[in-house]
Amino acid sequence: MAQAPAVAKPPKVPRRRSATPRRLPYLLIAPAGLLMLGFIAYPVISVFYYSLQNYNVTKPWRNGYAGFDNFKRIFTEDDQFWSTLGFSAQWVVTQVVLQLLLGLALALIVNQSFIGRGISRAMVFSPWAVSGVLTSTIWILLYNSSTGFSRYLADAGIGEYGTSLLSDTGTVFWAATVAELWRGVPFFAILILADLQSVSKELYEAASVDGAGRMRRFFHITLPHLRDAIVLATLLRGVWEFNNVDLLYTLTGGGPAGETTTLPLYVANTGIEGHDFGYASALTTVAFVILLFCSIVYLRLSKFGGDQK
Amino acid sequence: MSAALAVKNDGSSAGPSAAEPPPPRVRRRRERSFDETPRWQLYVPLGIYLIFTLIPFYWMFLFSVRPAGSTSLVPWPMTDDHFSKVWNERSFAIFFQNSVLVGVCTLLTTTLVALAGGYALARFRFKIKTPFMLALLCSQFIPGALLLVPLFEIFKNLQMINSLGSVIIAETVFQLPLSIILISGFIRNVPPSLEESAWVDGCSRFRGFCLVVLPLLRPGLIAVGSFAFVHSWNHFLFALMFLSEQDKQTIPVGLNTLIGADSVDLGALAAGGVIAAVPVVIVFAFIQKWLITGFSAGAVKG
Repeated sequence: MAQAPAVAKPPKVPRRRSATPRRLPYLLIAPAGLLMLGFIAYPVISVFYYSLQNYNVTKPWRNGYAGFDNFKRIFTEDDQFWSTLGFSAQWVVTQVVLQLLLGLALALIVNQSFIGRGISRAMVFSPWAVSGVLTSTIWILLYNSSTGFSRYLADAGIGEYGTSLLSDTGTVFWAATVAELWRGVPFFAILILADLQSVSKELYEAASVDGAGRMRRFFHITLPHLRDAIVLATLLRGVWEFNNVDLLYTLTGGGPAGETTTLPLYVANTGIEGHDFGYASALTTVAFVILLFCSIVYLRLSKFGGDQK
Repeated sequence: MSAALAVKNDGSSAGPSAAEPPPPRVRRRRERSFDETPRWQLYVPLGIYLIFTLIPFYWMFLFSVRPAGSTSLVPWPMTDDHFSKVWNERSFAIFFQNSVLVGVCTLLTTTLVALAGGYALARFRFKIKTPFMLALLCSQFIPGALLLVPLFEIFKNLQMINSLGSVIIAETVFQLPLSIILISGFIRNVPPSLEESAWVDGCSRFRGFCLVVLPLLRPGLIAVGSFAFVHSWNHFLFALMFLSEQDKQTIPVGLNTLIGADSVDLGALAAGGVIAAVPVVIVFAFIQKWLITGFSAGAVKG
């Protein structure tokens, strides 16, 4: 993009092919590059900048350079930071592990050939297309105490009337987890199923001839083949689960009693409802660094892409 | 193209047996029964998972059509009270229009911009290629939710608050990195020699791309385009923050309003949910076959 604009186009035909390609790639990535500079890079930089500022719309007399005060406050005074970070970690690990296991099992099942495979695939993958808000909508209908499924279970003599899974601190985590699994498992299943298509049939046949059973073939052929896909999917999903606030915001609102407030939800509350944008920016910066650090460690430990090149 | 896809889809199961001549029939049968998962190990877990997947959909449908006060588990007698209430009184008609507009515009801009960027990454070597790739990957880690406040200020300065354009831009931007990576993977799978032979025949680079490469990208474009549409249809935070006037809001924001109402009207909420679900589920039903091939082609290593 720092490239000189294409002022004079050489009229000679033979030169065109050798001359354009040098500029062409820059022209092609320019729209994407500019959009990302303006609407991702610039906001990120401004977040870094404001993290060193006192910036609060409701207290303009205090605005100004703050040095590392915001960060000091995070690590020494802010209990809510640690509790929300802890909940975020718990949420991400639970989601990613369960989604991976269920998604892998589901992909292996619908990769077999059986009658009704196409329609089964379509049906089990369909929650992938459903939004966080819609997931909340559906599970609020299922969980609510007066007409949710607990009422019908109580009619049948199981459990008690008036059970509200979302307002009980003991059940809210698993209630939210099941709702998120419902829409999250298909993501893994789709990615893993896609990668399963490229496992070589000859390998399986050779292994069968050598007497390897189904379990051994799974652990020695299928799983190693899927490794990179699994590493990438778990990483992307982990980051996504960390960042995504749709579901918890609409399903539990971070409650009851702040029990399900993740770090991004806390940041959003601080910045948008609390108007303390400087402090929210510092929290964002910390969250970003933690995320980056965890991702790098994860990629190193899993030796991602180790086989190639 | 669709024939090639069909072969690829069924290749896992029907391919070999259809191609082989009959003689080794006995041996093959034994091999297959040795290889195959017992049917019950397949159908039982699949059935359980199907129940888990489908009951929530059924539950929403049930609530949306049964009259208020009914506790029947069968959707009969049906009523359209909840739908007409949500569609007319709770402005879902307007939300629906807005969501379609945002979805279609995001689809078009994302696909076009990602095609250009993906082509550059797949076909050229240039100085900032590696930094650009790195930026695409890193941007995956940047939470859109945490950039809401600076984004809000940017759009305020551009005077785009309460215009659907702000949401379209924001959705496009956050959809771009993955789309570019996916599309460049698809383009890399098209042999450059195909394009080069078109140039030899006198096509310009652009014409050659349109005539030769574009038709082969169909599964990839379907995957990327449907991603963009579904995501922008579903995404909630940008619309919630940037659009405060009611006649500009989108379906997810409308749903959130229904959830947050003082006394939640479950029938209306369910009807709103059905309205939100129908378009994406239809899109999904059509694309899911391409989704698998799309991913496997896009994720080719290298």
